[in-house]
Parts: sequence; C-alpha cells; structure tokens
Amino acid sequence: MASRVIKVDALARVEGEGSLHIRLRDGKVQSLQFGIFEPPRFFEAFLKGRDHSEAPDITARICGICPIAYQMGASQAMEDALGVVVPRPIRQLRRLLYCGEWIESHALHVYMLHAPDFLGMADALELARKDRATVEKALRLKKLGNDILETIGGRAIHPVNLRIGGFHSTPPKARVKALAADLRWAIEQSLATIKLVGGFDFPDIERDYTFVALRHPDEYAIHEGRLISNRGMDIPVSSFLDHFDEEHVAHSNALHGFALPDHAAYSVGPLARYNLNHDQLAPLAKQAAAEAGLGPKVGNPFKSIVVRSVEILQVCIDALAIVEDYDEPDRPFVAYQPRAGIGHGCTEAPRGICYHRYELAEDGSIVTARIVPPTAQNQKTIEEDLHEVVTRNLALDDEALKWRCEQAIRNYDPCISCATHFLKLTVDRD
Amino acid sequence: MAVRRKPRLAVFKFSSCDGCQLSLLDCELELLAVADAVEIAYFLEATRREVKGPYDLTLVEGSITTPHDAQRIREVRRISKTLVTIGACATAGGIQALRNFVDVEDFIRAVYARPEFISTLATSTAIAAHVPVDFELRGCPINKVQLLELVNATLNGRKPIVPRHSQCIECKQKGTVCVMVAEGKACLGPVTQAGCGNLCPTCDRGCYGCFGPMETPQTAALARQLTELGLDGRDIKRLFQTYNADAEAFRKESELHG
Repeated sequence: MASRVIKVDALARVEGEGSLHIRLRDGKVQSLQFGIFEPPRFFEAFLKGRDHSEAPDITARICGICPIAYQMGASQAMEDALGVVVPRPIRQLRRLLYCGEWIESHALHVYMLHAPDFLGMADALELARKDRATVEKALRLKKLGNDILETIGGRAIHPVNLRIGGFHSTPPKARVKALAADLRWAIEQSLATIKLVGGFDFPDIERDYTFVALRHPDEYAIHEGRLISNRGMDIPVSSFLDHFDEEHVAHSNALHGFALPDHAAYSVGPLARYNLNHDQLAPLAKQAAAEAGLGPKVGNPFKSIVVRSVEILQVCIDALAIVEDYDEPDRPFVAYQPRAGIGHGCTEAPRGICYHRYELAEDGSIVTARIVPPTAQNQKTIEEDLHEVVTRNLALDDEALKWRCEQAIRNYDPCISCATHFLKLTVDRD
Repeated sequence: MAVRRKPRLAVFKFSSCDGCQLSLLDCELELLAVADAVEIAYFLEATRREVKGPYDLTLVEGSITTPHDAQRIREVRRISKTLVTIGACATAGGIQALRNFVDVEDFIRAVYARPEFISTLATSTAIAAHVPVDFELRGCPINKVQLLELVNATLNGRKPIVPRHSQCIECKQKGTVCVMVAEGKACLGPVTQAGCGNLCPTCDRGCYGCFGPMETPQTAALARQLTELGLDGRDIKRLFQTYNADAEAFRKESELHG
C-alpha cells in the first residue's frame, strides 16, 4: 500500500505558531511530529537580575490570552519566597479576577476556535452569517470575562493592578456589584452553551489518561491547592519538579513535559480538572453536565468542548458568589521586606496547570527563574492523541484527515506562545 | 455595474504573545461590524480560511527574531498595500529585545538543553528595521479603541487620530492625581506616549511605559527626578528596559544607568 504525507504548515485557530507533520506507510503511522516553531523569547534568561516585583508584569507578556495565569503564578511564588500571606478578601478578589480570565478564554475557545470544527465551518464569522444571534451572545459572554478583568485588573490583556502581596488598588464596591446582573445572565447563557455543544457529533475515541490538576479542599481549584493525579499522586506545589520534567526535542521550540520516573505523558487542563474534581462542581454544573451526557469521568478528548462549557458555568457561579460577598478590603496589599529565598507558585490556567519557581537574592533580585506552561506539558499527550486519531481515521481523504487532526490539537486549546515560549501540519503518505 | 470588492484585511504574527491580535477579537461589540465592512482574508488566530494577497490592510504583530522571519516580513510587505505594526513587539522589538543588550548565546544556554536545535538571531528588532511601515500603533498591548480608529481611518483613506503627547496629559484630562508628585512613586508617564486609557496612575501605581516614548521625551530630566526620589542606577535602568527597551529614547537613557 502507498504511503501518505499529511502536512499542516501553519495551524489556525490556536494561539501561536505550530505545525504538524505525519508520515504514513502501509496504513501505519511512521512518524508524527507536532512542532512548535514560535520563535524562542528567553523569558527565564532575562528574568535573571530583574527585581522580584517586576516578575508578574514581565511574565504576563509570555501570553496575551492567559496573562493572569502568569501574573498570579509569579505573585504566589514570590509571596512564598518572601513569607507573605495574602488575607482572604484579597484572595477572593484574585479568584474573581481569574474567573474573568477563564470566562474570556473559554468563551473564545468554545465558540470562536473550536465549535467551527464540529460545524464544518472555517471560522465563527461563517457561523455568524448563518446564526448571528448565537455569535452575538457568545461575544457578550466573552466580553463579560473581559469586563471582570478590566474592573479588577484595569485592563483585559496584561492587566496592571496585580502585585506581590495583593493589588495596587482595590475596586470600589459599586463597580464590583455592577457585575452581578451580567453574571446572572451569563449563568443562563452558559447553560444554553452546554446544551448547544452537548449536541455536537463527537469522534469515537476513549483514552486512559494520566490526569494532573490542582485540588483545593473547599472549591473547584483555580488558584491554589495541592497537585493530584488519578494515579495516586498528591503533592504540594513545591514538589512539582520532583515529579515532572521537560526535555528538548529537535522538531520543537517548546520543551516537552513528562512525568517522572518513566517519562510518561500526562494531561492537564479542563478534562483533567473535571475528572479529578467533578465532586466539587456546583450542583447546577453537575446537573447540566449530566444532561449533556457527561458522566463523572470523561476520556474522549473531543468532549473537552463540553467540559470547557461546564467550567464556564462553574466559574460564573463562583464569580457571582464572590461579587455578592464583596466588600472593599481594608488595605489593597500586604507590605513586606525583600529577602533571599526560594518560592513556588502553581495555578490552573484555562489550559491547565502553570508552574513557577524563583530563587531570590538578599536584595529581592531574581537569581533563577523556571516556568512550566500548560501546553508544554500537554504536548506529548497531544502527539499520542494524534497517533490514535490518525490510526482510526485512515479511510478519510487527506484534507478531511488533516482537518480532523487540527480539531484533535484544538481539543487542548494549545497556547503555543506560552509553550515556547504554532502549528504546521505535514502528512507524508509514501 | 460591477460589485465593489470589500477591502481585504490580513493579520500576520511574528515573535509575540498574541495579545495585540487578540485585541481585534476583543472588540466584541464591533467585531461583526468590522467583519461586515472588510473581508478577513488571513488571520490564523481566528480562521483556517486563507485568501491569497494582495491585502488592502495588513496588521503585523510581533518582532523579527529569526532569519526565516526576516525573509517572511519582506514577502508580507510585498503583498500589502498598507502595512501597520500593532504593539510594542512590532514597533520596538518587545520585551524579547532585552536580548539585544546581552550575548544571546548565554540566553539560549539558559533556557534550552540542546542549543543546536534553536535557530535565532542575536537581536529582536522592530518591523520598521526591515521594511517600510505605513503606521505604528503603540502599546503592550494596543488599545482596541485606537485599533478600531486605525481600521476606520485606513478604510476611509485618512490618517488615524492617535495622540503623540505624554501620559501626563491623560492624567490631567482625567483628573488623576499625580502619583509621582503626591506619593513619590516612580512613574514613566512624563516620557511615555498616551493611549492606554490612563491605566496605572488610576490604579495608584506609576506608569511603566508600555506605550513607548512620546514625541519628544525628556528622559534625562525624568532620570534626575527619579534619582531625587531615591532610585539608584539599577532601578532606573530596569524602568527604561522593559516592553519598549529597544525604542531609541528608552534604550539610550537606560544605557546611561546601571
């Protein structure tokens, strides 16, 4: 039987620049490379010698889609190194800010980046020509995420208000309370979203993943907790590097993450969080997930679009509770003195856990920085998924197979800007 | 009568965080109207549909950091009638231009175990260092109101209305109390172009310069004032060496301190 080559030179509807090259022979995958050619930007290198207080704003620039993940992870790592404990009102305001990023990022991905694959459309604008009302509501949902970011952070992309110890300033009560009406609408719209995407056709595939996510005793974890897996791991964030590492492969400018000790692939993000923390979803979110056909365990990566929609509902519920409870904190931040130390931070970016570690000198300057973004961790799992998707879909012609592979990659909402710190697909069929 | 073709819009990305092109998708209330007015012909972050050039308006995000990208930007220029850079990376090299101040080989070794796999230039440079640029939109990230003004102006054959004065003017217009005078906080507002919407001083912090140098920045006078506030040379250098570190006025001032 002849060989085939499937190539995507520049993957669309992902953040950053990636490619895919698959070579098939006699109906078997000979080689498969999910490459990231986003040029390297060397954040860890130029953070050396900067002041610790600059890290949240500088690391935000790794990614315009999930800047909060970087600002929050860097702030927490610095607070860990400096022995700063952030009081509950500030902590809650940070969670609300993060809910804003989840709503914005998930709504963007569900409606504008991923749904077109299930509808056989090139983009959401094609959808808007057929069903403008749906796209208008999707954009309103996305805008609410940005409104939260602007209310608390000052700006939607690269917010300016977060700092080590808390915030530069805290928003007036009236501005925060004004978000409540839109959040109530968003809860209804999230339910409609779950119903819509729950009705899509999902390619038939179930995989037994190693899932890794944060878990918090009292809430669906976003910005703090312990790291757990479905293989029995339960560790503090500070032990991350004892359990995970990255390697450098020739076809990619991103480091590939793996779990120690056996270099195994693992999965982070919505599917991991849902499988590990399903019991902590709000009753309404659990019920909506069940009505959309999701059990407490989901092993079909294409259903991540439904899980993401359930997560939008979850964070809208969480955000509304924080808004209703909000009073202006006495002080916007906790003051501290710089000192030498090592600190770790890890939060759930919309795409999965994002880990930071910094070592500080006596004067608060950064000695070393290490950042492990979610897409780098998912890269090995994405390649394994692609292997299975290609093997199951050999009957498709090259164009259809290529599109299916792109869809499989978009299951992970990969943020390639983050991972390098994008995608070309090439399929060789000899 | 022939039907008039819609103007073609393209968005290209080089080395960047994707935030500035996201600003276009962040125009939630105006996005569908923009899509009605132009044909979105190439915009990888939003669509897998690709219409070949030439394009009427090309937005370029990101800086040039690889030999391949230095070639690619020439091709993008060739097929673009109007080419506009969006954001600090495309306009000044971005935060990744911090490599321009050091030996890039040290940076590669610091991040990658197998430096031989990495193809990169020693510098991160603005688009205008490689090809003629018709307009530069500032910001890290850009302001979406300015982006809409830019698209509107270009479609109507006029120059966009984008102020070149300092952040200080924005504070005065908005009635924001000066954080440097009243609280002694370090602020780049006096030398930074307005346009962000007066963000940082409103949040009770000093401007950190994400819109880059204003038209005639008095950086030396500001550096003297910062010294009086108690900043040492290293602090001043750090302040000028961030998202617009390689913009000429900021680069020159930063190199006088340390």
